[in-house]
Amino acid sequence: MVSYVLKRLGIAVLVAVTVSLITFSMIYLSGDPAVALAGETATEEDIEQIRRYYGYDRPILVQYADWLFRAVQGDFGQSHYLKKPVGDVIFERLPTTMMLGLCALIFALTLSIPLGVLAAIRPNSLIDRVALTIAVVGQAMPSFWFALTMMLWFGIYWRLLPITGSASWANFVMPSIALGYYITPGVMRLTRAGMMEVLSADYIRTARAKGLRPITVLFKHALRNAIIPVVSLAAVQFGFMLGGSIVIETIFAINGLGFLAWESIQRADLPMMQAIVLVLSIFYIVLTFLADMLNAWLDPRIRVA
Amino acid sequence: MKHWLTPAVALAAAAGLWSAPALAGKADDTLNWATDREVAVVDPYYNNTRELVVMGHLGWDALLFRNLDTGQYEPLLATSWEWIDNVTMELELREGVTFHDGSSFGSEDVVYTINHVVNEDNGVLTIKNVNWMKSAEALGPHKVRIHLAKPFPAAEPYLSNAVFIVPEGHYDSAPAGADGKKDFGAVSPVGTGPYKFVEVKAGEYVLWEKNGAYFDDSPKGTPQIGNVRFRTIKEMNTQLAEILTGGLDWIWDVPKDQAERLEATGQVTVENAKTMRVSYMAFDVDGDSGQDFFTKKKVRQAVAHAIDRESLTRNLVGPASVVIHSACHPDQFGCTQDVPKWDYDPAKAKALLAEAGYPDGFEFDIYAYRQREFTEAVIGDLAKVGIKANLTFLQYRALRDLVWEGKTPINHMTWGSNSIPDVSAITSHFFSGGRDDPAKDSEVIALLAEGDTTTDPVAREEAYKKALAKVSGELYWLPMFTYAKYYVFSKDLNFQTTSDEIPRFFAASWN
Repeated sequence: MVSYVLKRLGIAVLVAVTVSLITFSMIYLSGDPAVALAGETATEEDIEQIRRYYGYDRPILVQYADWLFRAVQGDFGQSHYLKKPVGDVIFERLPTTMMLGLCALIFALTLSIPLGVLAAIRPNSLIDRVALTIAVVGQAMPSFWFALTMMLWFGIYWRLLPITGSASWANFVMPSIALGYYITPGVMRLTRAGMMEVLSADYIRTARAKGLRPITVLFKHALRNAIIPVVSLAAVQFGFMLGGSIVIETIFAINGLGFLAWESIQRADLPMMQAIVLVLSIFYIVLTFLADMLNAWLDPRIRVA
Repeated sequence: MKHWLTPAVALAAAAGLWSAPALAGKADDTLNWATDREVAVVDPYYNNTRELVVMGHLGWDALLFRNLDTGQYEPLLATSWEWIDNVTMELELREGVTFHDGSSFGSEDVVYTINHVVNEDNGVLTIKNVNWMKSAEALGPHKVRIHLAKPFPAAEPYLSNAVFIVPEGHYDSAPAGADGKKDFGAVSPVGTGPYKFVEVKAGEYVLWEKNGAYFDDSPKGTPQIGNVRFRTIKEMNTQLAEILTGGLDWIWDVPKDQAERLEATGQVTVENAKTMRVSYMAFDVDGDSGQDFFTKKKVRQAVAHAIDRESLTRNLVGPASVVIHSACHPDQFGCTQDVPKWDYDPAKAKALLAEAGYPDGFEFDIYAYRQREFTEAVIGDLAKVGIKANLTFLQYRALRDLVWEGKTPINHMTWGSNSIPDVSAITSHFFSGGRDDPAKDSEVIALLAEGDTTTDPVAREEAYKKALAKVSGELYWLPMFTYAKYYVFSKDLNFQTTSDEIPRFFAASWN
């Protein structure tokens, strides 16, 4: 188990470094960051001044090595645009994104697990079809379209919920549903498949034969086993939601990490982009790593694979 | 994503599905305006966005004031000014003005501001707006002398629009950034303007409150509205939803089709106003791009005759947009439309193509970065005369690299001149031999240098006129049209749009 853990950790570090290198290169592929920083009406002099001031006149590899050297010491530098330490800005915005991700995850699990269980108990029934429809619609519908539709009805027509901001819990309702709905299908189908498999297992038949109440069999014996892969999936999807909330945060003007990432890309705020990508990839890596560990703990065959 | 919500909103409004916009702004005496940009640094020298140009006039005062009705420069922080020679200017300063921190305004503040911003080591982002000055010195408690780095007759537009005065020592307390450099943009804003800074939350809002001690005889007037709050809302549909539900009082840059639908609802005020931004197409006149069609003047003429600019402005840009014939904005000093003109005439375009050796037309690459639909209209017109243009649509920073490297046969670009009402902010920038100059015409360069360094206005106009005539005559550029913006604002708001793309919120009031 120890060698397995070390191997997975080594891969995680390599992934993080590779992601940061790719991000660094892509920033330059999309144009000169000094031009973006200087703005549209900047003159050659303005741009040259900015290039020198921020060190963009150095070779790219030197810039990357310099950034990496500082980053491993926990210094992500200063945001060129926000004029604050990158780490401070990220930790200011991260709670909002975490809150949004968590609310979205709770919504997704609250909707998808019961529906998945019901669909498994009554396969090919009306409830199964309804669950399938919800899954297909959730997978197919663009999140921005869903978000704007909700905004139109709940924000404009009925005036039930605030349209923008993150000041209160009410601000998170529409964004959480829009973000969480996207991952609902996967969780629901996995729950359904897991439950169907477990419900046909011998120990469930035994439990029923012992005369246990159906609800006890369902939740105490079946769901506890069927839910394990769902927990792994949910952990990974949580990582996805932290990084994938850009569109939702933009539409609802939520000042989180996704919004910050989008803004940083547009203004070529290199230190900020690098740090956000690194932080999000580390989140994703940690969550994937934890899911791997959980699976390895549950299934010893994985450890030697 | 951009267009679907508004028809539904407009339909619902027309059907009376919701009540009239809430009076949130008027009710709490706070004018809420929004754009899609995040504002973190509230300092016009360390944030070069349009939002800070707007806030610059809100929180700070410049030395001069440009009266938009007359086009004349009037006293603001300076009560009078005179040229001592073509590189020296002396200004008498206003007495009795105080900064938001309570300190008195005087010559040391002007000297400090200018000497700080012209110093390249201080990393001012809009260095071009200030580096025509070399230094300033105090001649008395309320008199200063500004030494210019070079003869610069456009000093007045810059002194009224881009040089905002901060108190002496303002930047001295700037914290050191992680890289060891002083972070001047982090200093809390202090000016003498009609509104004083209250709070910024990057990515969310910037709040200003009325400066109750603002001096009485300011040409900016006395501020009427209690608070002005800027909000960042990235998505246009969200901005529209907020203005219809009373969460916002003012937005701009609304697409034409959406603005027209909103206007039809009668729920908000919609206005189309001109801006200082112009659209132009620059030709690769020396063939650096590898596609040498446009080295031939007849081909450039054919392109100019093929494009229906009147139709484009009328149908796509907005009623405040006009076709331009010279490489500048008609509102800028020195800009004349008395230059060779190229009217829409597709038959003539075809004939010119045949004369140039392309009777069946040709295929080339056109580059653009802004309002794709405008460039697509151009491509449609070119197709009608047999010229096939392949569009490469890029981000501005990527395209600017290619333009500088000479890799674009035609680039369809725009320029806003930083709202400076002087030809030197555009024509001199593009045709003085720099990297943006597609022609590097020595005659044009010399004429512009003359216009840029002569203090006699008549002589300036004459030099610029000759330069502009050469640029349009040779078709180094095909000047296209002026941009116009759609403004949407609350019926409760008494607001005047302006031609220089700088909304004067300090002059707004509630109806």
